[in-house]
Parts: sequence; structure tokens; C-alpha cells
Amino acid sequence: MDWLGHFNYWVVIFLMMTGFYAVIARGNMVKIIIGLNIFQTSVFILFISAGKIIGASSPVLEKGVDLYSNPLPHVLILTAIVVGVATTAVGLALAVRVRENYGSIQDDQLTEEEDGEPHT
Amino acid sequence: MLRMRDLFAAVMLFAIYSLVSASLFAVLDAGDVALTEAAVGAGISTILMLVALSLAPRHEDRGRGRNLTALVVVLVTGATLVYATWDLPPFGAAENPIHQHVAPYYLEESYKDIGIPNVVASVLASYRSIDTLGEVYVIFTAGIGVMMLLGATRRRRRQPADEPIEGEETE
Amino acid sequence: MKTNGILRVVTRFLIPLIMLFALYIQFHGEYSPGGGFQAGVIFAAAWILFALVFGLDEALAVVPAGAQKVLASIGVMLYATIGVLGVVLGGQFLEFTPLIPGSPQGAQQAGIVLVELGVGITVAAVVMLIYTLFADRLRVVADLTREEID
Repeated sequence: MDWLGHFNYWVVIFLMMTGFYAVIARGNMVKIIIGLNIFQTSVFILFISAGKIIGASSPVLEKGVDLYSNPLPHVLILTAIVVGVATTAVGLALAVRVRENYGSIQDDQLTEEEDGEPHT
Repeated sequence: MLRMRDLFAAVMLFAIYSLVSASLFAVLDAGDVALTEAAVGAGISTILMLVALSLAPRHEDRGRGRNLTALVVVLVTGATLVYATWDLPPFGAAENPIHQHVAPYYLEESYKDIGIPNVVASVLASYRSIDTLGEVYVIFTAGIGVMMLLGATRRRRRQPADEPIEGEETE
Repeated sequence: MKTNGILRVVTRFLIPLIMLFALYIQFHGEYSPGGGFQAGVIFAAAWILFALVFGLDEALAVVPAGAQKVLASIGVMLYATIGVLGVVLGGQFLEFTPLIPGSPQGAQQAGIVLVELGVGITVAAVVMLIYTLFADRLRVVADLTREEID
């Protein structure tokens, strides 16, 4: 029980490193954005699992219930999710513009073209 | 998801992943967050990525294969973080420090202060409303940013047809 | 997708229900999980479903691009105005208590409902605007490619 009490952090770290790997290893911009989203979700899970109390109920007040989970992480993550989709949209718009102007969304191909003529 | 060359399949898997994490949030007592993640992650994010994919190549080109340096960096960082978890409080215990600060006040006093049962709503819109105002500004700014990046289409349509799409001036 | 009969009929049946659910989430958010952020996203999802099945032009006839920009601004303005109203009526920024003198609970509830409404309008309008911009881009690129082939 003692060491098992940290398994939520290990799940978070596994997801976080998966997203991190996608961001630094893959050259495709859409995949980088997916990786950033996975990273983001791992942080959401970190906050929400920190706010959970075993045996507690959802923080909507009710008669006869004494123990509620912590509402503060819920508030923080709720807004972070919507802000996350807005920033994802900006990232995708950037990827679309890069594709239109340089003909590729692959990191390595863009680096090769850096000195040469723009792709047509 | 990462080794897949077809980006369409990667986006679909990401939608499923979002839905699964939404149900995880529901299990962890966060009804509001689960609702948002289901609507945003599995709905809007997926649609936006699909629209972006129809504007960009759908298949990833065969470029670099395994990236050993990245793998080493990721494993070392992950191992460091796992080592750091030994000092963190255990999952789900009521005496964790996070539950001792402002949360008891919100749970005990918010009904007297405001009179609505959903504590998440009262914290979001009343106790932390300046925070929420900032988040709304961020969303609004993101809308303006996308408009700056993609919104210059009306003027371009009147340009002559022989103008190539790549390499044009940024309006 | 415009010729698929099953999709059209099912969508026509679903969209009112999704919009009703969004309104429920918006205005029942004080008593059950919900609020402006979720309601805005769900409302925009209903509109995007309409745009996907019936085409962007039909959807823009319902909510024009200009209206989306105006609505996004109105939502932020509504939120900020509630905040400034607290200052004008003798309180602090975003303090709801001076809104209805003599009833602090009622004032808080009124403030929360209005603030959530502002959030909902902004989120719905911005998500619709982002989709419009992407889909419009797609159409322009398709037009240009067709012209190049001709």
C-alpha cells in the first residue's frame, strides 16, 4: 500500500514522457501538436488525481454527504482544457501557414530547404 | 500513435484517448472536467485537427527512423521524475497538504456566501473570477491569432488565377 | 456528405437536442456539473455539426462570420463590464456584492450567472470562428487548385 500510493504519479509520468518523446523525436508538426496535447492531458490527470480523496464524492454540495473531493484543481483544469484547445488551434493554423508557404510540415525537410529556393 | 505514418489514424486514436481520459476524470469525482474534456478533447480538437490535415499532407514522410538521443533524454527525465515521486503525498489520502489550504473554506463556507451547491461553479466565477477573466482573454486572443494567420482569404480570392499559392506575400 | 440522406435526417434530429443540452449545461451549471466553458463548446459543436453536414455556406447563413467576431467581443465585454460595475457601485473589481444591495447571496448568484453567460458566449463564438477560418481556408485552397488545373 505504501509504494502503491504513488501509482497515479507514475501513470502521469508515463504519459508525460510519451508526449515529450513525440515533441522532440518526430519532425511532423501535426504529431508535435498531438504530443503536446498528450503532455497537457498528463498534467490534467496529475492535478485531478491530487484533488481526489478516496471515499469522497463529487464537489456538488448535498445533504448527508460530509467528504468532498478538492474543488480547486477542478476549477484550474476546467479552464486549462478550454485554453488548451484554443492554443492547439493557433498551433494548427501555424502549421497550415507553414505548409502553404514552404510546402511541407516536416521539420527535416524544412531545414534542408532553409538555404535553397522555396518549394513550389 | 507515435510510430504511425497515417496522421488520420493518429488523430482518431487521439480522440479515443481524450474520451478515455474524460471517463478517468469522471471516476476521479471531477464531473465538470470530464464534461469539458469529452466535449473539447474528443469533439472540437479532433475536428480542428482533421480540418488542418485536409490542408496539410495526410501521410508522414519516411524521414528519421528511431531517434536514440530523444529516447535517452526521455528515459533519463522519466527516471528522475519517478525518483522524485517518493517525496510526494500518497494518492487519495484526506490529510494531504493540498486539502488543508483553501479547499476546506470553499467546501464549508461557499454555500453560506453564495448559496449555490456546485462548489466548482462558485469558485470558478466568484472566488477566482479574475483568473477566469484572464482565461477568457486568452481564448479571445487565440481567436484573434487564428484570424491573423488564416483570415486573409477574402482579399486573396480576387488575385489572378495564375498566382501560385505558395510563396505569396503574407497579408 | 451533403447527399447522404441518413446523415441529414439524423443531424436534423440531433442538433436541437445538442443545443438544448448546451443551454441546460449553461443555466443549470450552478446546481450540477456545468458552466459557461462546457456550454459554449457544446453549442459550437452543434453548429459545427450543422456546417459539416449541410455545408459551410448554410451554416454561415445562420451565424455569419461577422456575428461570430462581434459575439466573441460581446462575451468578453460582458464579463469585464460586470467587473467594472462592481467598482462603479462602490466595491472592488469583480466584486459581485454591490450589484444587488441588501442581498449578498442574490448578488453573488446574479454575478455568477452573468459571468458564466459571458464566458459561454465568448467560448462558443471563438470556437465557431476558428472552425469558420479553417474551413474557409480549405475552400479557398480548393478553388485555387482547381483554377491552376484549368
